Amino acid sequence: MEKREPLFRITRRQDIKKSTAYTIYLLAFVIAILLGSLVFVICNVSPVTAYSAIINGAFGKSTGIRQTVKIMIPLLGTALALAPCFKMKYWNIGAEGQITMGAMGAAFFAINFYDKMPHVVLLLVMALSAMLMGALWSFIPAFFKAKWNTNETLFTLMLNYIAIGFVAYLQGGPWEGKEGSQIVPNFNSNAVLPKVFGVHMGWIIVLILVFVMFIYMKYTKHGYEISVMGDSENTARYAGMDVFKVIVRTAMVSGAISGLVGFMLASGQDQTIYSGIAANNGFTAISVAWLSKLNPFVMVLISLLLAALSKGSSSLKTAMGVPASISDIITGIILLCLLGSEFFVNFKIIRRQKEDK
Amino acid sequence: MEKTHAIELRNITKTFGKVVANKNVNLYVDKGIVMSLLGENGSGKTTLMNMLSGIYYPDEGEILIDGVPVTIKSPKDAYNYHIGMIHQHFKLVDVFSAAENIVLGLEEKGRLNYKNVSEKVKEIAEKYGFKIDPDKKIYDMSVSEKQTVEILKVLYRGADILILDEPTAVLTPQETEKLFEVIRAMKADGKAIIIITHKLNEVKEISDVVAIMRKGEHIKTVKTAEVTEKEMTEMMVGRQVELNISRTDVIDPKPRLTIANLNMYDENGFKRLDDVSFIAYSGEILGIAGIAGSGQRELLEAIAGLRKVDSGSIIYTPENNKFENLVGKSPIDIKNAGVSLAFVPEDRLGMGLVGSMGMTDNMLLRLWNKKKGVLVDKSDSKKLAEDVLNELEVATPSIDYPVRKLSGGNVQKVLVGREIASNPSVLMSAYAVRGLDINTSYTIYDLMSKQKEKGTSVIFVGEDLDVLLALSDRIMVMCDGKVSGIVDARKATKEEIGLLMTKSDREAQ
Repeated sequence: MEKREPLFRITRRQDIKKSTAYTIYLLAFVIAILLGSLVFVICNVSPVTAYSAIINGAFGKSTGIRQTVKIMIPLLGTALALAPCFKMKYWNIGAEGQITMGAMGAAFFAINFYDKMPHVVLLLVMALSAMLMGALWSFIPAFFKAKWNTNETLFTLMLNYIAIGFVAYLQGGPWEGKEGSQIVPNFNSNAVLPKVFGVHMGWIIVLILVFVMFIYMKYTKHGYEISVMGDSENTARYAGMDVFKVIVRTAMVSGAISGLVGFMLASGQDQTIYSGIAANNGFTAISVAWLSKLNPFVMVLISLLLAALSKGSSSLKTAMGVPASISDIITGIILLCLLGSEFFVNFKIIRRQKEDK
Repeated sequence: MEKTHAIELRNITKTFGKVVANKNVNLYVDKGIVMSLLGENGSGKTTLMNMLSGIYYPDEGEILIDGVPVTIKSPKDAYNYHIGMIHQHFKLVDVFSAAENIVLGLEEKGRLNYKNVSEKVKEIAEKYGFKIDPDKKIYDMSVSEKQTVEILKVLYRGADILILDEPTAVLTPQETEKLFEVIRAMKADGKAIIIITHKLNEVKEISDVVAIMRKGEHIKTVKTAEVTEKEMTEMMVGRQVELNISRTDVIDPKPRLTIANLNMYDENGFKRLDDVSFIAYSGEILGIAGIAGSGQRELLEAIAGLRKVDSGSIIYTPENNKFENLVGKSPIDIKNAGVSLAFVPEDRLGMGLVGSMGMTDNMLLRLWNKKKGVLVDKSDSKKLAEDVLNELEVATPSIDYPVRKLSGGNVQKVLVGREIASNPSVLMSAYAVRGLDINTSYTIYDLMSKQKEKGTSVIFVGEDLDVLLALSDRIMVMCDGKVSGIVDARKATKEEIGLLMTKSDREAQ
């Protein structure tokens, strides 16, 4: 009988050196870029020209940089919103709806009270209303989860469509501008978030949020409760934590931040409201949160990367006539490679050693 | 010519990351021989056997069956070489019958005929002295019956080499005796049998030879008849050990916890606690014995406020005689009421500790809400972590190293250390030494005894009856959620407790 060892074996790594882990991530990124090149080659474009066009588009001119930052703001904000939920292993994929409801909460005051309050007060009221609406939208699934252990993934996902549908109704009904237009008129300038360095000041808000979230997760009792809950609900109960309260409170904090993102989108970026205002930020932010392992500072980098790709490839489209969907393909490849590289961080693959006899 | 063995391991080495689980192991078993594989937890016994049963693949070395080198890449390969392993945790489908479980996964030609299967199962059972109803569903079976199905499963597949991983851990003394009879019958039939165990008296009773493992290495194989228990322990631990549990007399016992007519149903409507009544006194160790799942866990969790009780009372009486009923109180209410209750749960990393956190953050589980304010203050827990580290000699690279990555013994030291630090008046522990090495186990016994001497009421749920008899002052036996008896640990015998452990309803009435 022949003795044969399997060709590959997989074993779990015990401790991995930080440098090894970073090398793996870097390697994954390089592989993603190479795979992306392949796509460009298929499209008859030189990869070098294509990549430099992307970088130029994203960072070349000051208008480009502004555009990139504008795309980055909601992405980063939403990723920060998701961090406490994911840390708690509460799979909130309802940020899209929470953003939409937040935007609606802001729009309500922008449309009805633009001439009844001074600028700063109006903006504060809009932000507060947006946060309340986002928190409320997040409270519903959290309450059911905490009380009857319903599946929060499905629940939050479905609520997205209700939120979007509701705004679509407002857009074509009570808040419609010109009859039949299906469009909400632009907000009065009194309800518009001012610009700082050419971009609406939402970027300042999210940067502050990065620090706030870092401290919240790391140094507060709430953050500690969330960490314990994420590891084991039984341990949390054993330590005398109120599991119901922690779930509901964390989900509401998360929803409030998503709502705030909705406010920035409505008041800063779009200066109106429409059903697609969340523009997939609620979903893309999941990848951002995951890739950065819930670390707020890493989130800044990842959201910047994704925003640059998005802006860069849209200028690639205009400059070189490459189909728009290419940016999605490149983004997809990068996400796949980076997320897939986690496997190699956690596991080691051992090849069969050469027969020595 | 060299004699061929039923199974032989040559220079087997297996590593997991940096951890060497087995190092250069040479071992053999002959037909008609029962071999005990003796070693502390973490000495590599189970890993070694998992390589025989195709769960792991060795990094180096070879396995020979009847003198022929073989490759065992999967459990299926193992079956083809007639190796059968009975795992500690049964791998059975609950809703299937015994016969269905036995043929599950077998690839036989033609139609499956359960009548033939049942016949064959009965035939095997008779041959070796089992009692089994092939049509009984697994969920209706006792632990011992499930084990019987597991053994039949491998015999049905024609196993000639049987490996049993701690088979007696879940059995009562009477059931163990029955199992040993079956093993003797299999031995007479020429099977080679390996039993993984750490119970020395069982090694003496059942095996012909004993192979001793220590830290992944095979130390020695000796004839059981030629070695004493003390010698085996020393080979296992690697140095002289003093295995004494000192038990002081109970001084001035006062009722600390008075439990009366406690009833509890679980989420599925099963009765878990049935009219449980007892008193735990200060300055004594109350041992709780019983087959796993007889309500021990539920009882402790009910007292700790982690489970809702349906009826009954739990009265706590502190020194100053102010009564406090704990029923209906959450853990935080209990703490706020000034009851100093410490609890070392069975599920160390799933309830007592947070695996991904270091010692400091785990100490914080008891202290996090002590001070006011939004931010969490880690200074006290850091100090406590350092104290526990020094006093109990926890082996960890740092107090911030994730406790999940520590060995079982060190994990338990962290947990017990924290609980004792709160200076409890009631200390409850469930299976406090499960999976620990001998030294740590005795450290834990010692800590429990010291708490008792300080006047704490200690409730100690255990599984090793010898330990319970040596450590406790009284032993309460639980069966099917009921208290089937409370005996004086200084006078009771193992057999007596064994009978109480299986005392069913009808016999009791």
